[in-house]
Amino acid sequence: MIAALILRDVRRGLTGPAWLPIAFFLLVATLVPFAIGPDARLLARIGSGALWIAALTAALLPIERLVEPDRADGVLDQLALHDLAEESVAFAKIAAHWLTFAPLLLVAAIPASALLAMDGAALARAEIALAIGTPALAALAVAVAAVTAGLPRAGSLAGLLLLPLAVPLLIFAVANALLLEAAVSLLLTAGAPFVAGAAIRAART
Amino acid sequence: MRPLLRFERVSLRRGGRLLFEDLDLALGPGDALQVGGPNGSGKSSLIRLAAGLLAAERGRVERSRLALADDHVAFDRELTLKRALRFWGGSPEPAMDALGIAILAEVPVRLLSSGQIKRATLARVAASAAPLWLLDEPLNALDGDGADRVAALIERHRASGGAILAASHQPLSGDWRRLELVA
Repeated sequence: MIAALILRDVRRGLTGPAWLPIAFFLLVATLVPFAIGPDARLLARIGSGALWIAALTAALLPIERLVEPDRADGVLDQLALHDLAEESVAFAKIAAHWLTFAPLLLVAAIPASALLAMDGAALARAEIALAIGTPALAALAVAVAAVTAGLPRAGSLAGLLLLPLAVPLLIFAVANALLLEAAVSLLLTAGAPFVAGAAIRAART
Repeated sequence: MRPLLRFERVSLRRGGRLLFEDLDLALGPGDALQVGGPNGSGKSSLIRLAAGLLAAERGRVERSRLALADDHVAFDRELTLKRALRFWGGSPEPAMDALGIAILAEVPVRLLSSGQIKRATLARVAASAAPLWLLDEPLNALDGDGADRVAALIERHRASGGAILAASHQPLSGDWRRLELVA
């Protein structure tokens, strides 16, 4: 059942607007050279930080469609009746969201790095940092989506919840402290299914 | 014999209001209980409590494997009806036949009418092989033919040793025990 749920969410993500956060990511990366001018050395210096800000804002976009539609439609209830723990549902949603979000983001980082005048070595470092960080971004997105499911103005509330929690990830990733980033990523990814599961249970009426 | 559903002195409070208190009930194989009562008296909450989706304030609920049909659709709207039903397990074809929606198998769920959706949610219950069925307003949006098919399905389920708890303000055909909730 977990595998079926992951497959279903991946299919829904890919047939739906999976490209939207990626287009948003590229757009933000495009804005940076316009905002600070075409100085290649300055761009290269801030490049990885700009990539991460673009990635964090892009991670906010899909939050509203991750949990709320399934809650409102009774899918989460039926899954519970099929003896699937809410934590397992949350894990499946994190895995499916990561699969539709991370690979596209890593590909989109290549043209984005060109826009930011980053060289090959800087791109490689940024790709590794993004690869380590994206599971945590997906996990945070699902946890925040579950916490805000059913609330009015959930979208703006989700941004206020997610961005502060992603700050440690951002700090270690941009400082190229990959082991510390991996530790934070592991913590967030491992904890998120429990937060999301409890939130799904609490939201039941 | 072990009942399929048992409430022992169960109380349920929703939004600060006590819906019922010290409720005892037991459903064994072949039993069917219809919960009645005015709007807001807690029929749906009783069903969700029986399903384990709500927690009782006091008391104990024991339940066997169950299937629930309420007013939530819980199908992927982009999939065909057959694929959407198959996601929930079992082989849906006999249940689709029994509810007269086999002809809609290749139609996307988003194009179905509310009566056809209702038949589909009941088909999910029928395909589940669960001994206990929880039906919240099973006749809503159904036409005469749909109601007859549901009645036949219910009879067959009871004859094969299943139990049914249904909330409905409309009379259900067949031989039902009744429980009236008060507002």
